[in-house]
Amino acid sequence: MKIEFELNGERREENVPGMTRLLDLLREDMGATGAKEGCGEGECGACTVLIENKPVCSCLVPAVQVAGKQVRTVEGLETSDGLHAIQQAFVEHGAAQCGICTPGFLMMAASLCESEEPVEAETVREALAGNLCRCTGYQKIVEAVVEVVVDATH
Amino acid sequence: MIIGQGIPRTDGRAKVTGSLQYVDDFQPENCLHGATVRAQVAHAKILGVTLDPEFDWTGITVLTADDIPGENLVYLMTRDQPALASGVIQHIEEPVALVAAPSRKRALEAVKHVIIEMEEQTALLDMEAAESSPIKIFGEDNLFKKIEIERGDVDSVSGGRVVEGVYRTGHHEQLYIEPQGMIAEPRSDGGLRITGSMQCPYYIIKGIGELLGPAFEAPESIQVVQAATGGGFGGKEEYPSMLAAHCALLALKTGQPVKIIYSRDEDLRATTKRHPSRTRIRTRVGSDGRILSTEVDFLVDGGAYNTLTPVVLSRGVLHATGPYRSGAVRIVGRAVATHSPPNGAFRGFGAPQAQWASERHMDRIARELDLDPLELRRKNLFEEGDVTATGQRLQSPGGRTVLEAALQAAADLDDVQREEHPGGGGDSARRAKGRGLSLVFHGCGFTGNGEARLKGKLAMSLKEGRVTIFTGSTELGQGTDTIFPQIAAEELGIELALVDIAPHDTGQVPDSGPTVASRTAMVVGGVCQKAARALHEALKVELGKEGSFESLMAARERLDELRVESQYIDDGSLQWDDQSYQGDAYPTYGWSCSVVDLSVDLDTGEVIYERFISATDVGKALNPVLASGQIEGGSLQALGWATSEEVVLSEHGGMLNDRITNYIIPTSLDAPEMHTVLVEIPYAGGPFGAKGIGEIPMDGPAAAVAQAIEKATGAVLDRLPMTPERVLEAIAERQME
Repeated sequence: MKIEFELNGERREENVPGMTRLLDLLREDMGATGAKEGCGEGECGACTVLIENKPVCSCLVPAVQVAGKQVRTVEGLETSDGLHAIQQAFVEHGAAQCGICTPGFLMMAASLCESEEPVEAETVREALAGNLCRCTGYQKIVEAVVEVVVDATH
Repeated sequence: MIIGQGIPRTDGRAKVTGSLQYVDDFQPENCLHGATVRAQVAHAKILGVTLDPEFDWTGITVLTADDIPGENLVYLMTRDQPALASGVIQHIEEPVALVAAPSRKRALEAVKHVIIEMEEQTALLDMEAAESSPIKIFGEDNLFKKIEIERGDVDSVSGGRVVEGVYRTGHHEQLYIEPQGMIAEPRSDGGLRITGSMQCPYYIIKGIGELLGPAFEAPESIQVVQAATGGGFGGKEEYPSMLAAHCALLALKTGQPVKIIYSRDEDLRATTKRHPSRTRIRTRVGSDGRILSTEVDFLVDGGAYNTLTPVVLSRGVLHATGPYRSGAVRIVGRAVATHSPPNGAFRGFGAPQAQWASERHMDRIARELDLDPLELRRKNLFEEGDVTATGQRLQSPGGRTVLEAALQAAADLDDVQREEHPGGGGDSARRAKGRGLSLVFHGCGFTGNGEARLKGKLAMSLKEGRVTIFTGSTELGQGTDTIFPQIAAEELGIELALVDIAPHDTGQVPDSGPTVASRTAMVVGGVCQKAARALHEALKVELGKEGSFESLMAARERLDELRVESQYIDDGSLQWDDQSYQGDAYPTYGWSCSVVDLSVDLDTGEVIYERFISATDVGKALNPVLASGQIEGGSLQALGWATSEEVVLSEHGGMLNDRITNYIIPTSLDAPEMHTVLVEIPYAGGPFGAKGIGEIPMDGPAAAVAQAIEKATGAVLDRLPMTPERVLEAIAERQME
């Protein structure tokens, strides 16, 4: 099935077999390998991308569902002005170690930044609970996200 | 100073933009996808391997042990593990055949149509029955290794009270978020290029050379490149050699690049785990609480093949007393074979199992003698000049320092909390709160003569105003690629931005030894400092004048590379006897105290972590952000092992809960707020005083959790993990008494 969609602000079209996962469309056909596969069943969140600014596990979403929609991946966070505030905070706080979960966390946090409701520091841990990290103990990730997201939504 | 600064990691930008390439991000042209046909039974005779005639085999390559060009062996410490089972199956996940296909989907389908004809046999799965079992897996007694340590005469010690206990731990999965993966590509000169997720590129060259036959006798014929690696924790120490072997065999047979990426379930079932253990401890304790004698019987389950088991056992027995002195010590350690998937390296490497037992035993002593657990620890902890079980005289032991630092941090945080929430939160009717503490030590670097034998190398070059570091020590997230440039820049007196680190590619970098054993910063970092000095000297000689490195570098007009190579050289200060297990077991030790606050849900048995404090001696924090990151991450891995991470085994010894859905690692919501105190007791042999810190955070937290549960509920737990079911059961037992 032929679909058209917007990937990180660019119009793309692709012929995709019906059962193709969004994750495979992005990684194999679009060359956007930033989203990672950690479990293939929506548990680890390493494949998190945004569809219309809503975070989804791209390993669980059929590619055909993004027809006519806007998709954002980690490759689309940086702009000509530089790194997104959340990317900068991850670097400065040491929130990325091995880095394999980082794109998923960044996309989840980026969606929080654009939340219409103010995000409180106390709710950040819950908001990030769908993304697994095995390196950091989450402390530095939570600090980085709190620093950026609380400000951005107040 | 560049050392001691929390400089952002050098690969940070590539990690937050998604541009860094991990193994599955590479798509070589004409790449085939490989998959593995596994035994499915624990023990069997193989009668033959056949292909389902109904299946369409077009474009698919199948390979068995008969197709191996060299010796059927993935070499590690011993020559026992084949790349593909031949004749006999020794564990349920043992690889028997390989397939390669143009797509991963086709490869996985084909696997289901390869038929292993076999005669199933009785399996040995109980480690406690292994030595006396008529079923033989390894030698005559299924004993991979036995180690005995004796100091003083335990049998002649009398008096005091005898306290005995048995402590157990189960399998523990590393659960790096990136599953294992590898690519092998035939080179035009007949050699092979291997790219993958790994800790130890040079292990792979040694591991698969003989397997690939005479054409691969020259080490240069196999080039190994570390892709960006999504976590290792020991799980990518030795297993990647098996994956590389499989990819290499398929690539040689097909003449095409072959990629194998494990799905999460295959990774969970087939790759190495932390060794299950059973520890018996018997101590005599004086009425004043002093430990008069200690006997430890330490048993670990190695699984079906030797892998690194003897070394895991060694580190276990060397930490079996915990950081405490004893009048006389006898330690017997045994590692046995069973028909289960081989266990291997995992952060801590035997020391977490041993010190889970030693710390729980300290609590048992306190309970039985009605002593305060904290005072008991204070009374017995190693002090200056005390001697370990191997007779090593300790210099500047840090047990007391980290203990008091952790207690101080807890008191300070309590004050803050009282100010912010006056009158706040005691026990509720259905929730009991508790605070627990543990104290551990951890030997840094290889045991005994390990470094002296290995002589790890590192090269450094100067070219056109830039310095480049060449090392086989890999970046796993722990920060090699940031800390080594920091060391070089500091030593040379130049800006960090002028220092590069070469890709961890055996075609370019020397063998620095494996990236394991808390040795990278302390040992190879020391070689890095030495190489920087050597580069400065070489530059002086080249230019024929004295001066700072910076000024000489600016004066250098030549365009070629100036290159030096340094290596670890034993200065003879450590004395170790591998036969008697006496002497200086480690160059130095790190020390760590954990304090955990938690509550226990009395209806469900669930443990809820609230706050965690670690005071850990790191020698010198080369980069405090990276150092505290290691401690926080390692501590949470230990907290997961403590309460939620349980490997459930089938009757064939296979992992039943082979998904992240049911093998439960902590989320951000499960994790407590973490406070890390970096204590610096410098080690003169490490760069700028640094010690190894990668593993020590794994050793102590579980025992602190058990103590906290005991304080909260009275329940005594001596087996890991302390799942809600076991906690409830222990609470019920307590109420029966």
